[in-house]
Amino acid sequence: MTASASETKYLSEFYHLPEFKNLDGYKNNGGYVQLPKALKMQPQEIIDLVKASGLRGRGGAGFPTGMKWGFLPKNNEPRYLLCNADEGEPGTFKDRMMMEKAPHQLIEGMIISSFAIGCKKSYIYVRGEYDDSIDALEAAIAEAYKAGFLGKNILGSGFDHDMDVYRGAGAYICGEETGMISSLEGLKGQPKLKPPFPAIQGYLKKPTIVNNVETLAAVKYILRDGAAAYRKFGTEKSAGTKLFSLSGNIMKPGNYEVPLAFPLKDMIYGLGGGMKAGRKLKAVIPGGSSAPVLTAEEAERALLDYESLAQMGTMLGSGAIIVIDDSKCMVECLANLMHFYHHESCGQCTPCREGTGWLDKITTSILAGRGRLSDIELLLKVADNMKGKTICALSDAAALPVLSFVPKFRDEFEYYVREGKSKVKGTAFKTPSYLSAGAH
Amino acid sequence: MFQLSNDAKQKVLTELKRYESKQSAVLPALYIGQKENKGHITPDVIRELSKVMEIPESQINEVFTFYTMYNKSEIGKNHIQICRTLSCMLNGSNELTEHICNELHVKLGEVSKDGNFTVTEAECLGSCGTAPMMQISKQDGSSRYYENLTNESAMNILRGLK
Repeated sequence: MTASASETKYLSEFYHLPEFKNLDGYKNNGGYVQLPKALKMQPQEIIDLVKASGLRGRGGAGFPTGMKWGFLPKNNEPRYLLCNADEGEPGTFKDRMMMEKAPHQLIEGMIISSFAIGCKKSYIYVRGEYDDSIDALEAAIAEAYKAGFLGKNILGSGFDHDMDVYRGAGAYICGEETGMISSLEGLKGQPKLKPPFPAIQGYLKKPTIVNNVETLAAVKYILRDGAAAYRKFGTEKSAGTKLFSLSGNIMKPGNYEVPLAFPLKDMIYGLGGGMKAGRKLKAVIPGGSSAPVLTAEEAERALLDYESLAQMGTMLGSGAIIVIDDSKCMVECLANLMHFYHHESCGQCTPCREGTGWLDKITTSILAGRGRLSDIELLLKVADNMKGKTICALSDAAALPVLSFVPKFRDEFEYYVREGKSKVKGTAFKTPSYLSAGAH
Repeated sequence: MFQLSNDAKQKVLTELKRYESKQSAVLPALYIGQKENKGHITPDVIRELSKVMEIPESQINEVFTFYTMYNKSEIGKNHIQICRTLSCMLNGSNELTEHICNELHVKLGEVSKDGNFTVTEAECLGSCGTAPMMQISKQDGSSRYYENLTNESAMNILRGLK
């Protein structure tokens, strides 16, 4: 056991202070010290610093942030910074905490980043359900305008910048950057083919950089401490700290900030307080619901960084760790996720629209005790046909759980089909009485 | 026949000027229309918005139907959305939904007889560390998260609502 595991509170150092949410509280704890410093630098110096720090996108894809910024055209064409706060990957709840507890941390990071990339207008696209995040951000933006951190000629630097919040309306797909741009344009949130990448053609066909909340919040710390200091956390390729959202069957769920390459077992048994009494670990989804599942044995040796998890055939994703104990049925878990992806498919690509529908139908039918042995192969076949064939990654995201749950827990699937009931629970899934016909 | 109030029309006009493109105002305008029409959107609401915004009804309609937060049918005074996705499911959201529906004598998506409640399931609401949870939205669009629920605590919360 690893009860001694502790957090590295780098971005989250002051999250325990309620006043950190307000301008004064934020300023009293090191806030808006980096902004004036940044405004005196050359924008390219900041981009180079972010590149040197090794910062990678914290929303899921892990793309190097400085390199993304470097794709912008080198001219004076208007451009946008779009903060992706459409946190929707099942298991993820870190951005909500960051926006509610430290809205100015994000805002300062966004102003510095905007200055670096020469952008005069930024938007924070927040998922529509996050009322408290939207309120916190709107209040903080108003404070920042009043204090002269936003608006014309910020702190006498000659740099102008405006910031606004855009409220989503309930669509997982809008977390995909081109889907988000469509949504911000007031359209259905359907992703667009890349290239052109948003850095060349984004919001209103203008160059646009889309970065996650946690990514942008980290920028000012890189400025404060330098690239080398930031790189002291994590590994060569996975530098820095990361906020992990821990949930599922665990004693102490919550957000925990640790350096990348932190052992998953220390997260679960140390910070997370381990399993509930009498329960054993069965499986862990390490990076949000789209990440392939790990068995308990694999989880024991997994490290939480981009490369280590990729080597194990899964991914770090958004850093959402979902823990599943031995009292839970993997067939039911997979069916739950397939319903999610079917609901969230935007419908424009056939493999995804039809594929998620079939995966949902087949898993539901197995749960109801109507499965056939051939359905297990069919699940794998459908999932395999959904990979790499669509405009965005949602189709792959739906296929990956199938392609990991089924092979790794095949005995549970086969038992369910043969016996018409769950191997773990000993009963068949009862269709809930609250479902009226056509409720889904 | 539904009509937008002058106040709501003004708000829509403000949104039209707020963003770099007029079309960007469609999502915020739909929220304004929904609030005016007791929490759901009808073809009349779309027609009104189209007139004020000078954007074709079809363009507003396709946005309306794409997003889940615009309600397609009437909702009760309190719209209870229980998160059903994996972390909540692992912590008993199915049982919670069943309990709430039984206690309120409704099935999913229906409005309770007294008009006070509609219960629906929602996909991941980003509150996985405090599962199971529900979000309760009022017809005016304001909403709140209720977390770490048990059958009892959820019912206590619901009994306290108007």
